[in-house]
Amino acid sequence: MNVIYGLLAISILVALVFFALFIFSVKKGQFDDDYTPSVRMLFEDELVKDDSSKTTQNSKNQSKQS
Amino acid sequence: MVKEKCYHCGDDCETTKIKQDKKLFCCRGCLTVYEIFSENDLTCYYDLEQSPGATPLDIDGKYDYLDQEDIVEKLIDFQEGSTEVVTLYIPHIHCSSCIWILENLHQLDPGVLNSQVDFPKKKVSVTYTTEGFSLKSLVELMAKIGYEPYISLDNYGATKDDLDRSLIYKIGVAGFAFGNVMFLSFPEYFEVSEYWLEQYKPLFRWLMFFFSLPVVFYAGRDYFKSAIQGIRSQILNIDIPIALGITVLFIRSSVDIFFDLGSGFFDSLTGLVFFLLLGKIVQQKTYKFMSFERDYKSYFPIAVTKINKKGREENVQVYDIERGDRLRIRNQELIPVDGILMSSSAEIDYSFVTGEANLVQKKSGDKVYAGGKHVGAAVEVVAEKSVEQSYLTQLWSNDVFQKGYDPKFQSLIDKISKKFTIAVLSIAFSGLLFWLFYDPSLALNVFTAVLIIACPCAIALATPFALGNLLRIFGKNGFYIKNTNVLEQMSDLDVLVFDKTGTLTSSQKNDITYSGLKLTEEDKMVLKNSFRNSNHPLSRELYSFLDSQNIYDAESFEEHLGEGIVSSYNNHTYKLGSAKFVSSDPQYSSLSTAVHISRDDSYLGKFEFETIYRDGVQDLFQSLDQHYKLIILSGDNEGERSILTKMLPKTTQLFFNQKPDSKMRMIKKIQAEDKKVAMIGDGLNDAGALKQADIGIAISENVNVFSPACDAIMDASQLSNLSKFVSISKQGISIIKLSFIFSFLYNAVGLYFALTGQLQPVIAAILMPLSSISIVIFTTLATNFISKPIQKSQRI
Repeated sequence: MNVIYGLLAISILVALVFFALFIFSVKKGQFDDDYTPSVRMLFEDELVKDDSSKTTQNSKNQSKQS
Repeated sequence: MVKEKCYHCGDDCETTKIKQDKKLFCCRGCLTVYEIFSENDLTCYYDLEQSPGATPLDIDGKYDYLDQEDIVEKLIDFQEGSTEVVTLYIPHIHCSSCIWILENLHQLDPGVLNSQVDFPKKKVSVTYTTEGFSLKSLVELMAKIGYEPYISLDNYGATKDDLDRSLIYKIGVAGFAFGNVMFLSFPEYFEVSEYWLEQYKPLFRWLMFFFSLPVVFYAGRDYFKSAIQGIRSQILNIDIPIALGITVLFIRSSVDIFFDLGSGFFDSLTGLVFFLLLGKIVQQKTYKFMSFERDYKSYFPIAVTKINKKGREENVQVYDIERGDRLRIRNQELIPVDGILMSSSAEIDYSFVTGEANLVQKKSGDKVYAGGKHVGAAVEVVAEKSVEQSYLTQLWSNDVFQKGYDPKFQSLIDKISKKFTIAVLSIAFSGLLFWLFYDPSLALNVFTAVLIIACPCAIALATPFALGNLLRIFGKNGFYIKNTNVLEQMSDLDVLVFDKTGTLTSSQKNDITYSGLKLTEEDKMVLKNSFRNSNHPLSRELYSFLDSQNIYDAESFEEHLGEGIVSSYNNHTYKLGSAKFVSSDPQYSSLSTAVHISRDDSYLGKFEFETIYRDGVQDLFQSLDQHYKLIILSGDNEGERSILTKMLPKTTQLFFNQKPDSKMRMIKKIQAEDKKVAMIGDGLNDAGALKQADIGIAISENVNVFSPACDAIMDASQLSNLSKFVSISKQGISIIKLSFIFSFLYNAVGLYFALTGQLQPVIAAILMPLSSISIVIFTTLATNFISKPIQKSQRI
């Protein structure tokens, strides 16, 4: 049953990783605006003309933003 | 007839109809925006939301000051090489189309590299290159598509506020620890004495101990601070029993595991802190796009046009204006300092300052006060004072604007916590005494158990959840309150003081009546067309008042600034304007605001403007009269006294000719009688009174833009609901009191276990979350229920 020590260590480590990710995302400002991203994620290639080069560029830009 | 709406802005298309691509536009401006979007493949703007746009306003020369590098430098957030980042406040942001178009700015101009919208704050942060582009071109681009940013003196050199995210961190820490501790303490809840479990018990307990360390010393830190503050200022606030509870929980649990007496209460400890912090964040709900702390800086422009000694125009920063400077004020610009008018005449809109919508006429040599908005062709003003010394801005140096939070106000929870703390301590000590005689081995156990179980988690949660929820509901219905303290104070008012102009009356709508000779169809047509060509606010109103007519090109049209219009058609000459301008006969002059008309120098009649009171003012006063003393303070003359006395309850006191500081003094006088006063006002002239009053409510036609410093902002259309809002806030307080009773019952149950010495960690771990969650559910449901009246009236 010594495996419990290992399991505990792993589980706490995993929890700590997620905790660190949370702190990191708060620091980056992801919790500052809790509305706009929910709208933004629905936008993609909405340019009317089918200009493929422009459209892909646009989607690239958007992925950069989010 | 179904009114045709503009495809771009959604306004009714009345006379001007422009058709393009089978779509209808109300004006050139809207069409231009549409054309810009369709040229750049951005017409999806109109698919996301119906008629999302705003008519672009004329901005010619308005942003010339953005050419000056030192001004730009103060406005931008960040600069590196040729890249600059700026955050602009755009009042028009209101829908997903806005987000979409603003984040696609780079399609319109390659100078824009990236743009990101923060919808709740109505702000967009734009990264752009300074090569062939600039802040000025960015602002002009945005203005051109109807998203004109609002730049005021407030932005100038404002320190970029650091967001306080510590509460989120603390919740994160507490939640993380709470989850893990629950998980680790789970096996102990069943008290099975299984071999393996026994063996790992110490490990699990020590892990819990370590998880609870950051909770006590970081997440719960504020409670200790506030408790110490409370003790120092000799106020037994609610944080004292909470801090006591946390301390006892931690020490008792640590001792338990040190000496292997038991598993400790780490689960309750972390849960308690987690729930309390949740309550804090609920209470903290703020309206990010509004500011309740505005002073004159938010109204004033950053720079104005100065005419230098060589007679050339240059832009000068408002703070740099000195006595004797000649300033050029263009149409719709704000006069930034007190000065003397040099041009022959000017019309100034003081609605910001006094709430009075009618234009004030000034002649050459007259004094003009800062804060007025100039309407009409550009005029010249010589500055008399600097910005800080002007009449209006001096109001802000008054003491009321320096004081911070009003310490006199004692919230319900403060009152209760005093008795509560005393009660808990006396129960704990009497329990201790009893057990010392009866069974000393259990005495400390009982003492600590009482303090643990009596920790007022549910009480501390009742207020934030009840009032936080009401705050949200009020906000949805157009009544934005600064914080929950204001809501609590609202339930305990004695006197309501109203401003008249702009608050009870609408500053935009007037009742227009025509008196005089009957107008022929031809007359009407000429009038309509003449008003169409004039930019004067009264002309605009009369234009929309008159029935639609054929449009023709005026044979001759002349606008005499500050006097009227001369227009001719079919060999008839019409004069429209002030009584003096239209006819030399003094019998036609009147006190009320009116536009007089003559044809070929014979007097025809006049259009009279009458202020109209907002809908429901009469009913509102009737219903408020039963519970409150009502007072009206008006900056105007007594002209409206007879109407007001007829309309309002007899007990209403009326005061006229009140200056800003006399309004403030009046409020102070009432407060000296130990009455709680609410001031309801709008313009900057009420700013002092709003601040002095226990709560100041600003009435605003457009909640996004203008309102003086206050505790709450109310959408003008909701004024008639004020009595409902007030009574709901009262009911909200009763709900809190009711939930206090519930939590006392929980405490009584817990105290039974504690005093009899049978408090097991598992009981605490069940009782504490159970009481907290049931209080949260109860307050949320109950506040939703009581606020039904306002929500219904909203829907109909």
